[in-house]
Amino acid sequence: MAQAAVVRAQGATLARTSAAAGPRVKTSAVVMTLYLVFLLLPIYWLFNMSLKDNSEILSSFSLWPQEPTLDNYRTILTDASWYMGYVNSMIYVVMNTVISVTVALPAAYAFSRYRFMGDKHLFFWLLTNRMAPPAVFALPFFQLYSAVGLFDTHIAVALAHCLFNVPLAVWILEGFMRGVPKEIDETAYIDGYSFPRFFVKIFMPLIASGIGVAAFFAFMFSWVELLLSRTLTSVDAKPIAATMTRTVSASGLDWGVLAAAGILTIVPGALVIWFVRNYIAKGFALGRV
Amino acid sequence: MDKTVNQKAWFLVLPVLVLVAFSAVIPLMTVVNYSFQDTFGQNVFFWAGFEWFEQVLASERIRDALGRQILFSAIILAIEVPLGILVALCMPRKGIWVSVCLVLMALPLLIPWNVVGTIWQVFARVDIGLLGRTLSELGIDYNYTQDALDAWITIIVMDVWHWTSLVALLAYAGLVSIPSAYYQAAKIDQASRWKVFRYIELPKMQGVLLIAILLRFMDSFMIYTEPFVLTGGGPGNATTFLSIDLVKTAIGQFDLGPAAAFSLIYFLVILLISWVFYTVMVNLDKKEGV
Repeated sequence: MAQAAVVRAQGATLARTSAAAGPRVKTSAVVMTLYLVFLLLPIYWLFNMSLKDNSEILSSFSLWPQEPTLDNYRTILTDASWYMGYVNSMIYVVMNTVISVTVALPAAYAFSRYRFMGDKHLFFWLLTNRMAPPAVFALPFFQLYSAVGLFDTHIAVALAHCLFNVPLAVWILEGFMRGVPKEIDETAYIDGYSFPRFFVKIFMPLIASGIGVAAFFAFMFSWVELLLSRTLTSVDAKPIAATMTRTVSASGLDWGVLAAAGILTIVPGALVIWFVRNYIAKGFALGRV
Repeated sequence: MDKTVNQKAWFLVLPVLVLVAFSAVIPLMTVVNYSFQDTFGQNVFFWAGFEWFEQVLASERIRDALGRQILFSAIILAIEVPLGILVALCMPRKGIWVSVCLVLMALPLLIPWNVVGTIWQVFARVDIGLLGRTLSELGIDYNYTQDALDAWITIIVMDVWHWTSLVALLAYAGLVSIPSAYYQAAKIDQASRWKVFRYIELPKMQGVLLIAILLRFMDSFMIYTEPFVLTGGGPGNATTFLSIDLVKTAIGQFDLGPAAAFSLIYFLVILLISWVFYTVMVNLDKKEGV
């Protein structure tokens, strides 16, 4: 009976979609295209500027470069004060990602499997750190890291970014771990696995996508943040984002170089997205779908 | 899932506690400390009681900044949430286009915030920007550096550009998790497109949408870098939001006491509103038995 209903429903679905497919698919495709154009137009404009030299940008107005030049990119990639900005950013972002995921893994396991004294309060308290405006922490961080002699080092920025990345990583991983049945843990213990061995050999492969997503988010929020990383560095660990703002004010506005630097900051993000594209949707729901 | 009671789980949480205590509790205590003290320099501090808090609460400038901040968060939530849902509904469901759309949509999220500001600066400028130039050619009087309304519109469009994808991706994750049996049942009942959305899709997206609203609220409430790069808080004070005002006070003028009191009040406001969201979310999780 039920089966017959389903079959009938499927028949109806087929009939309906073949009849309605034409116009409906088109509307959604149009909306989607419009949205993507809206997203890409400003990025295209930046790319367009990055291929012009400064006099062309200021003197003429054209939708594509009249005399395309790679000079702006050459300036950045040959000048140490520019490209070291990228190196510095990458160093502290990777450090932060590793630290965040490593400490968040056991904590997320504890939150997803056990009940213990104060667990709910602790979980919310962790989240409050994600809610703290970085502007509130900028000055105390500056004083704290200066006092312990870490000012202008990569590790200082990496630790500062843990403020919002660790809570987020715990939150994401906890969501993914909830989806793993508890029987797996119990079976492993009966089979004689110790906790560390079980965790590394069995559990971590099971939530590999969750770890990937948590790492992606740690990467993302550390990569895009400017206020803290700028406050905590001066020369040796200066991130690319800060290099951009300072150079602009110092040497007048070289729009072409600025645009090229901007385009180069988009590249790492785009690469990382490509690797996690199949988990993006679930990841943005923080494992809670 | 039933959880077993195990106090030893504290050891698993310990690394996180130590790290967050170092990077959150110590700095926060510094802030609390400053908020009750006054100084005439040379590291000599004395007790100031609630003086700074009273000053901050009475300050016209900070009240205005708070008003602007609330207005800004309300506007962008009202635009981004419906738009994000619409985009998610229009996403293709299978084939190569899914990956393409996902990657392109996620792109703005991975751009450093000051570069977002820069992108919109060069896009909206009247002399060299595509948008600004086109609007002027069309005879519309547009200049975001001089006109407060234009500045607001530009910042809002920028934020919509930057973050709508987050809402859309979350909503999309909710949509693809709906089993096809629900749709088939709706077909049998001859439900209209609107009813399918209202009674199937929307309730199923509730959980992820709450996360989206929570994240968007928190982040829009502490927005700093993008408007700072784009307008620097101007023209005048028209786009000076709370964080911009705070950084001006704390690092620009080095008024530690008022800045610290301001920080604490600011943090508490965010905390209070986020707590409400969080409670609703947890209750929803329980109801669904996840």
